[in-house]
Amino acid sequence: MKSGPILNTSTRGLVPLMIAFSVFLLWRGHNLPGGGFIGGLVASAALVLDGLTFGPGMIRRRLRADPVTVAAVGLLVGVIAGLLGWFAGSPFLTGLWWKPIVGGAELPLGTPLLFDIGVYLVVVGTISALWLALAERRQGGED
Amino acid sequence: MEAWLALAAGGLTAGAVYLLLARSLVHFVFGIVLLSNAANLVLFAAGRTTWGLPALIPDGMSEPDGPIANALPQALILTAIVIGFGLLCFVLVLVDRVRRRWETADIDQIHEKALSGKDLEP
Amino acid sequence: MSLLATLPVVIPMVAGILALLAVSRPRLQQAIGIAGAAALLAVSLVLMVAVSDGSVLVAAMGDWIPPIGIALVVDPLSAAMIAIAAATGLAAAVYALADPRAARTRAWPGLPPLLMFLLCGVCGAFVTGDLFNLYVWFEVMLISSFALLAQGGGKERLAGALRYVGLNLVSTVMMLASVGMLYGLTGTLNLADLHNAAIAADRPGALAAVAMLLLIAFGIKAAVFPLFFWLPAAYPTLPIPVAAVFAGLLTKVGVYAMLRVFPLVLGPEALGDTHILLQESLIWIAALTMLTGVLGAAAQSDMRRILSWHIISQIGYMIMGLALWTTLGVVGAVFYLLHHIIVKANLFLVAGVAERMTGSGELAKTGGLYKQAPWLGVLFLIPALSLAGVPPLSGFWAKYLLVRAGLEIGEYVLVAVALVVGLLTLYSMTKIWLEAFWKPAPETVSVRPLSRRESLAMLGPITVFALMTVVIGLAAEPVFIYAERAGLLLVEPAPYVETVLGAPR
Repeated sequence: MKSGPILNTSTRGLVPLMIAFSVFLLWRGHNLPGGGFIGGLVASAALVLDGLTFGPGMIRRRLRADPVTVAAVGLLVGVIAGLLGWFAGSPFLTGLWWKPIVGGAELPLGTPLLFDIGVYLVVVGTISALWLALAERRQGGED
Repeated sequence: MEAWLALAAGGLTAGAVYLLLARSLVHFVFGIVLLSNAANLVLFAAGRTTWGLPALIPDGMSEPDGPIANALPQALILTAIVIGFGLLCFVLVLVDRVRRRWETADIDQIHEKALSGKDLEP
Repeated sequence: MSLLATLPVVIPMVAGILALLAVSRPRLQQAIGIAGAAALLAVSLVLMVAVSDGSVLVAAMGDWIPPIGIALVVDPLSAAMIAIAAATGLAAAVYALADPRAARTRAWPGLPPLLMFLLCGVCGAFVTGDLFNLYVWFEVMLISSFALLAQGGGKERLAGALRYVGLNLVSTVMMLASVGMLYGLTGTLNLADLHNAAIAADRPGALAAVAMLLLIAFGIKAAVFPLFFWLPAAYPTLPIPVAAVFAGLLTKVGVYAMLRVFPLVLGPEALGDTHILLQESLIWIAALTMLTGVLGAAAQSDMRRILSWHIISQIGYMIMGLALWTTLGVVGAVFYLLHHIIVKANLFLVAGVAERMTGSGELAKTGGLYKQAPWLGVLFLIPALSLAGVPPLSGFWAKYLLVRAGLEIGEYVLVAVALVVGLLTLYSMTKIWLEAFWKPAPETVSVRPLSRRESLAMLGPITVFALMTVVIGLAAEPVFIYAERAGLLLVEPAPYVETVLGAPR
């Protein structure tokens, strides 16, 4: 697949923008529309755009790890976020909050955010893996 | 409103059944897509169709600003869409591999080849 | 207590993730798989002791109180099912150590992570107290099983996988639609709350439609007549450890879902006069499933195919217990469920050893196994005779309970079918015995003894399962008492409902 200069140039510009926007969506997700899943989808769209323009190898270079490993790490982060609630004496998946003051403003951090980050990684890893499986016509199943 | 949703779900299901019964694997995939969308519509209609705000509490308020829509069916549909999406990706990969290994995307031909082929193990 | 009820889901999930991260180190993966299954088994035994008096453990996810939030509920039935699922998983993980197909085709990402995710989905389905959550766990289970089916397979397995995937996708969509309809009728998805809400809704006709949809959805998963075509196409093509887990567990999750949902939510109080429709359907399905399964098996000449068809016929017995809709019938179904998973998984493992020694599963190309390995003959006969219901093995008691339950309410035709199918099962098992074990080996076949490593990894799980079959048979009373408690809670779910929803209101 050959890509022309227009696609090349616009991809170079768009991909960082999309990644940044995906992180923004991830961050605002707890109280407003957004969240790990949507953010992860936008990020995977960016990666797939990269792959379409510069070839599947680009995705692997960007992720710097096997996409499945990314998904597994995300799953692990999600489970840890769930277990933290248990370590604090509440049932599995209970939300815990930690609100430090950073530069005069309250910065709400909590296990739901951690969970969302896990979801984000799972989505990015899974979609990249699936896209690569189709693009590289690699042998092997996936989940 | 419910009547239209019911009609839409019924139409989608009818189309899905037609496609699922087709011999081409590609039609089969599209049939699955239609069928899962029909189920999502049923789920949506089950939550009652009312006009309401998203179930979010605006900044600085302690309760929603007016009547809100039932958020549970929406959450269920989102979950179902995500799962359906994952399954669809898997089915696409599977159909692609079946097509390459059997060199056809026609279910009848696969069946015939399976019956005639003596040594199936590659 | 809340953690204990959560662990059956968390342990296999964490083990699966770790095994996935260890994808480049097969040895470590196998160790993680075995450790995960063993830990799950330990937890499930603790759970079984905790609920053996008929009590119910509830864990509210995220501290959202039921019926608003999702609750994980462990009652005697789910605890026992988790224990047996874990034992099956452990047996498969150990057996896979010696399976060349699992080890040689280093198909990505390997058996252990997918096996763990499969167990996670199965255990999730066993512990969940929420109908939509049940759907989600079905999907987790399905996606893992899809991946297990598709990985490293030949042409035939791909074609089988296509059938399996196609029918199961239709099943999940039907389940989703019926969940939506049930929510529209009752406004809740918590199973305990649904018990009350379905009665309060007073819509027998609409609920009967939901019951029929759910019957088809669960029926496809359980491979009952006439929805079983995917099973004989897919199962015989699997590597033996995977086939054992699939044969033992997957269809039984469909049966479990029926046992859990139908008496609790769609019982006679909720369905009214239309309940007879559900019961009649179940009776016909039970009889026809038993018959078609066993006749299909009689027509086969390959060990795996014979055993696959027998899964279907055995499912018929469990449906029969539910179809009778009496306490004894449901208790019989629970007993059958518990005994059958062990026996069926074990038969597949034995068939794997026989194939390994003779090089083929085709009965005509095997033989002389008894002369070469008499102990393997004994290890085959125990589960085989138990499957057919020969006393004093576990299968005899399971069939005895069902037959007695059937006679009590005068379902003589169903009982007659069950007895005839038992005889035909014996015929199939005798066929395998005569052809593979008793008959001298054909000239062209040389029976190869097992290596030391193979003996340990393959015969270890088989021996343990065979012992369990004998023990359940000889000490049937404790097992029966446990099954009775589990069955009672299904038929008279008041304690279950009260515990999940808190104090009675």
